[in-house]
Amino acid sequence: MMTNQGNRITQGQFSFLPDLTDAQITKQLEYALQNGWAVGIEYTDDPHPRNTYWEMHGNPMFDLKDPAGILTEINACRKTFPNHYVRVTAFDSTRGVESPRMSYLVNRPAREAGFNVVREERGGRSVGYTIHSYATDKPEGERN
Amino acid sequence: MSASEILPLDLDALYRDSNVDASLEALERELIGLAPVKQRVREIAALLLVEKLRRSVGLQAEAPPLHMSFTGNPGTGKTTVAMRMASILHGLGYVRKGHLVAVTRDDLVGQYIGHTAPKTKEVLKRAMGGVLFIDEAYYLYRPENERDYGQEAIEILLQVMENQRDDLVVIFAGYQDRMERFFASNPGLASRVAHHVEFPDYGADELFAIAGLMLDRMQYVLSEPAAKALREYIALRKTRPNFANARSIRNALDRARLRQANRLFERRGGPLTPEMLSTIEGEDIRASRVFNGEEPHP
Repeated sequence: MMTNQGNRITQGQFSFLPDLTDAQITKQLEYALQNGWAVGIEYTDDPHPRNTYWEMHGNPMFDLKDPAGILTEINACRKTFPNHYVRVTAFDSTRGVESPRMSYLVNRPAREAGFNVVREERGGRSVGYTIHSYATDKPEGERN
Repeated sequence: MSASEILPLDLDALYRDSNVDASLEALERELIGLAPVKQRVREIAALLLVEKLRRSVGLQAEAPPLHMSFTGNPGTGKTTVAMRMASILHGLGYVRKGHLVAVTRDDLVGQYIGHTAPKTKEVLKRAMGGVLFIDEAYYLYRPENERDYGQEAIEILLQVMENQRDDLVVIFAGYQDRMERFFASNPGLASRVAHHVEFPDYGADELFAIAGLMLDRMQYVLSEPAAKALREYIALRKTRPNFANARSIRNALDRARLRQANRLFERRGGPLTPEMLSTIEGEDIRASRVFNGEEPHP
């Protein structure tokens, strides 16, 4: 049985909704900037949930007043990596560390590979479970 | 459509709602002289209001390109007008945030290959939704060094000025003659700058009025002899080298305050009234080096 029809990964905010339009993304960015959060853009070809460190597309953007600049960067990242996952993260520095306050996907591959469950036989008939990202079956550069 | 269905268009109401009159009035009140500049700002404001009205009735109304160049000698109010311009454009809804990002060559041009583009782009991103003010813009282009990275910054600027003109307004500022040479050697840039605004030098009376405004803001008054001395000072200072219009006047007043404080301090022990604390006397101004023919402070 397929538990995730369409194979859409659900990570970050709004991931159960249809993909955000640029206008909706702009509104969310506006909210982050209003709160004085820095916004960063990251991409990856391995969406494993334990893969928390995605590649950064440029530095996080500080001291911005308007979302137009971030949207330009998002579109530049989408253009460079059309078949990668791209997410936008807003960092809050009020506690002295840049802690993520918002994070949502803004780009997905046309065909998402998804995951399978790997079962490992261990001693005493116990079974260990882990998930494996199909995307990583191919070497880097050939994925998607 | 019958005539009765056409709503009368109320330009006046739009003008009142946009809060532009407050900005324009402040411009009129706080900036002495500069008649051609004020005229130009008014024209731009009128154009934007009419465009807004045209859009409201469904007429073709493309946002006019508003990149500008401000040319004039130092101290003629280019930065101040740029700041006002940002708030006026914000009031008219032409820019979304209305902040001013003031930069020079150092903020745009990098030190090594590949450094310039990210640096320029970051500044552009910060300026989006507002006004980017590039002071002494001609330093961006250095024809004597063909490996200079300034050209790269200009190209990125051009691209954003053309493709994202809803997102930001760029104002280039600098001295008249050098700006003309700068635009002559960058025709692509010149053709994208729609408004060339010239800032004239101030006359002696205008400088005196500016001094009055500055003193008002600092809560000082000039005594009768001090006012006379200041008029003479302005006439003398104008003929000296390194004269920077309003900036020179501001510096002269700052030094007069210093001398006033010193004068009061040296006569401490005597009676002191609040009037004395806020009055600049003739001797405070006449002690200036300009009066005895020495090289003035800038």
